[in-house]
Amino acid sequence: MSVDDVVGVGGAASDLAVEITGLKKSFGTLDVLKGIDVRVNRGDVVCVIGPSGSGKSTLLRCVNLLEEPTAGRIVVNGAELTDPDVDIDAARTRIGMVFQSFNLFSHLNVLNNLMVAQRKVLKRDAKQAQEVALRNLERVGLSDKVNAMPGQLSGGQQQRVAIARALSMDPDVMLFDEPTSALDPELVGDVLGVMRQLADEGMTMLVVTHEMQFAREVADRVLFMDGGYVVEEGPAEQVIGAPQHERTQSFLARVLDPTHQGPSST
Amino acid sequence: MALSKRQRAKAFRFAQYALLVVAAVLLAVVADWNEIQRSFFNLEIAAEMFPNAITVALKNTLVYTALGFAFGLALGLVLALMKLSPVAPYRWLATIYIEFFRGVPALLVFIALSFGVPLAFGLQFDIYSTVMLALGIVGAAYMAETIRAGIQAVPKGQIEAARSLGMSQGRTLLTVVIPQAFRIILPPLTNELILLTKDSSLIYIIGLARDQYELTKFGRETLSRSPSLTPILVVGLCYLLITLPLGHLSRHLERRTGGKKISTPESTGLGVSA
Repeated sequence: MSVDDVVGVGGAASDLAVEITGLKKSFGTLDVLKGIDVRVNRGDVVCVIGPSGSGKSTLLRCVNLLEEPTAGRIVVNGAELTDPDVDIDAARTRIGMVFQSFNLFSHLNVLNNLMVAQRKVLKRDAKQAQEVALRNLERVGLSDKVNAMPGQLSGGQQQRVAIARALSMDPDVMLFDEPTSALDPELVGDVLGVMRQLADEGMTMLVVTHEMQFAREVADRVLFMDGGYVVEEGPAEQVIGAPQHERTQSFLARVLDPTHQGPSST
Repeated sequence: MALSKRQRAKAFRFAQYALLVVAAVLLAVVADWNEIQRSFFNLEIAAEMFPNAITVALKNTLVYTALGFAFGLALGLVLALMKLSPVAPYRWLATIYIEFFRGVPALLVFIALSFGVPLAFGLQFDIYSTVMLALGIVGAAYMAETIRAGIQAVPKGQIEAARSLGMSQGRTLLTVVIPQAFRIILPPLTNELILLTKDSSLIYIIGLARDQYELTKFGRETLSRSPSLTPILVVGLCYLLITLPLGHLSRHLERRTGGKKISTPESTGLGVSA
């Protein structure tokens, strides 16, 4: 069903950052993912698009096992996360996750948000953790907010801090779950700018998004999901610019309709 | 004769004020002010109570309450975690404990600890242990439910963020969930502290040495030597010295956490992910 890929599928296994095979996920009797195969090469940006309820977010949340897959295999950087013996906490430190609702720790200031997991999980000493935190805060352009509490920041600033927090763990892969969907339209650009810069630096990224312009410009590949399947996949230009599948076409027609300025939430 | 709605409301409000005035006048005329002053406001007796009312009684009330609250908080946290445990017997035990100790008078617990336990187990608690255990055992039953509610009120996204950074379940609980839960439940916990302050008076059942008197016992003891209710009024005011600031603090915290909640994305409904 999915268009087989042009980008080096036959490459060595070490080129693969994420490999998902036969992934299924059910919530009770509701089948959300019905058999997904996804490969993300190291350094690639893959955007996942599709209507609400298509399983995009669930797919992303399965990649770091925030959701337990019902069936299938997930391999990130050569480590199989679906292996029952794997140390999932250790594996998660290599996978950064950015949420739609930011989820900054509301009782900690910005610096401590960036330091707490470095200290408690990676066991870095305070000096090193602070250095890493400040460097990443600078990366997202918020060096002046070191001591702010999350509640004092705008949504866009909170999301950039959340990105810096994930980056502070030095992850191999970054997952973005609709990172701009909770933002006021004028704040979306800052967050996308940071993500674009990350992509340019060669970060491997799996991004669930409604921002078609971003997907088109930044993604190496785009997956279109609907009804628990990957319906269409390929280079961004092809999937968004010249979709083959009828469901992709109707979805894009709705989203790209000029009367819809922002991301459509229905 | 027909009054408009607004006129009727006005007349009703006037009647309420009038009732107050009539009651005040009646009280002033009927009451024997000299008798009341002798009974409640005998300054000589009041003066005799100081400084012991503060240096002994108020101090002991504070110490007893603090001990009971500290133990109750620790036990309450354990019970709350048991109530949230995936292991069913832990949940049952916690539920039984909470239902039992919320349902029986605190006085019974004091009696059991000071007379029953020494007889049954040959353990003799000193007064500090008794008050700590008795107040703590009862307070924990109330606090456990509050703490459980607080833990459950921590947004799910906070836990997911912690887990996605590689924190284990226990680490997440310690680093993220419990600190946030206690922020949420500070106001109700302050109220619990006020209740415990008053319950600390039940220690009288044990029989106290003079330097162990807390406020109520101190007031009753003074009362037995003087023909006036003044001591009761004095210790009552001493309780207010503790409870009024606590109540004020509780309301202040409530306003502060209330304001904080509004500014988090979770509570605006945007946190709901597809």
